[in-house]
Amino acid sequence: MADAAALAAGAMTDHADTRFSAGPVERRKRTVERIAATLLGVVTCSLVLPLAGIMGVLLTKAWPALSWSFLTQNPQDYMTAGGIWAPLVGTFYLVFISLAVAAPIGIMAGVYLNEYASDNWGTRIVNMAVVNLAGVPSIVHALFGVGAFVLFAGMGRSVLAASCTLAIMTLPVIISSTREALAAVPQSFREACWNMGASRWQTIRTIVLPNAISGILTGVILQVSRAAGETAPILFTGAVFYVATPETGLEAYLPYGLWDRCMALSYHLFTITTQVSGASEELSYATAVVLIGLVISVNLLSIGFRAYLRGRKRW
Amino acid sequence: MRHSVSNRLGVAAEPLIEWTIRLCGWSAIFFVFAIFFFVFREGAPFLFGRLDVVDFLTNPNWRPDSPVRVQYGVLALIAGTASVTALAALLSVPAGLGAAVFVSEFCPQRLREVLKIVIELLAAIPSVVWGFIGYMVLNPLIIWATGAPIGINILNGGLILALMSVPIIMSMGEDALRAVPDTYREAAIALGASRWQLVYKVLMPAAKNGLLAAALLGIGRSVGETMAVLMATGHAVQIPGSLLDPVRTLTATIAAELGETVEGGDHYQVLFVIGTLLMVMSLVVNVTADLVVKGMRGKQNG
Repeated sequence: MADAAALAAGAMTDHADTRFSAGPVERRKRTVERIAATLLGVVTCSLVLPLAGIMGVLLTKAWPALSWSFLTQNPQDYMTAGGIWAPLVGTFYLVFISLAVAAPIGIMAGVYLNEYASDNWGTRIVNMAVVNLAGVPSIVHALFGVGAFVLFAGMGRSVLAASCTLAIMTLPVIISSTREALAAVPQSFREACWNMGASRWQTIRTIVLPNAISGILTGVILQVSRAAGETAPILFTGAVFYVATPETGLEAYLPYGLWDRCMALSYHLFTITTQVSGASEELSYATAVVLIGLVISVNLLSIGFRAYLRGRKRW
Repeated sequence: MRHSVSNRLGVAAEPLIEWTIRLCGWSAIFFVFAIFFFVFREGAPFLFGRLDVVDFLTNPNWRPDSPVRVQYGVLALIAGTASVTALAALLSVPAGLGAAVFVSEFCPQRLREVLKIVIELLAAIPSVVWGFIGYMVLNPLIIWATGAPIGINILNGGLILALMSVPIIMSMGEDALRAVPDTYREAAIALGASRWQLVYKVLMPAAKNGLLAAALLGIGRSVGETMAVLMATGHAVQIPGSLLDPVRTLTATIAAELGETVEGGDHYQVLFVIGTLLMVMSLVVNVTADLVVKGMRGKQNG
């Protein structure tokens, strides 16, 4: 009975492979293929695991400390208690001022590179500069900020100097994302507009930018998360260990001016983790969760926006 | 009516706008030089006046605060950077390129979308959070697993840096594989190649330069990373003997010490000299990666 079944199965495979029987080479090829696919798949998935694991650990450890008042209270008792309102506000200041500086310059530079620059050595140098600017280590940005903004420009250690440093850091990425967004606008749109007698700038203003603006914004939004998370560039240019904030009044809610030093969420995480003795673990876990939550929600927003745009695109 | 007025204004302002755009375009060059200039300027008096370059690069003693004999030798710091970066590269280059191959060639469409989002999120995690994870999560894990007295060391920093540079290597590697024309794939499949044979025999040689550039940029990022290594590699200035030794990197030294120095003092200036060194290293890595990619394009055109 069993023999008959085996015979039948054998007959079936024989039948399937009558014309192309798998020789040793072919069999080896298939084995290697299977091993390679599995191995690569495992490697890739093993990259997903740390993300999930890290999120899990952070969330469980932070859970007891997370509450609404954690967000809205200022740090207290030498930063061993209280919340993260002041650093959160500092981070918002830094992010928005740096983007207000970087976005116009970056977008215009992207426009130049995609719409005006001809393919010559000058443009190649500009491209090279953008690539190199993107590769400058963040701590070197900090040194640059100290040398250029804090000392040379006389801003002192301030929100403004830190924001400018962050702006230079985010600039190259804004340039490249703007460029990509502009390059996605079909050339025929421009040609049609030129044929109507429009000048180069009129074409850009009325046709190219309106069609690319959402792509450009996606790139800028992404830099919100980058600027919020960076620590090294603001270390010596404006972020400080602790700034006392008044208990009441408007100052308690909006603690900084442009020329003040400020606290920032990323630096706050560093200090309460490594420098402050007696700060509870929960507090630093909770700070990490808020920072990571901020960054990841901005990224998800940008990803969602991108997917929406792709779905809506009509050309 | 309103339209024509705004158009006339637009035409009048056009040269001005175009020049602004042009200036912004060129600003990238200006900023690169400005960074180099300002960092170099702060360190220059020391570099040219009081620094013995050979001693600086070969002396393993970094004792900027020593009351007896102040020594500025960066050899141990370079060894720290090199050891952590090497471990990170050893882990992240195969993993990153493997993931790039998987996502680009083996993976079903739906899974690819999900994986790309996950990798993008992995890339978005700020370096201070990575440092925090090294310091708080990986540290006890390493002590538990290896019995080492302290868990913030080369192993910790290398693992963290590997996780940080994988997304870059992967996305650039995937771009490189995508850049191989589909006709290559079709020809290989028509000849009966399996997907692995296609990858190994056709795509890897064809995308070799792009993959190399991806690896280089990933390594470049590890060298320049600051907060994560500051928190995760421990704070011992020493030439490491094993994976479980704590080290201090070039970047972490600047981050840890600049705040305590006197503006214009020797210690302050020597940190800017290290900054210049880092800047030069990153320029070399980026230009090399760029030339490697350009080399590939040149060959394909020719």
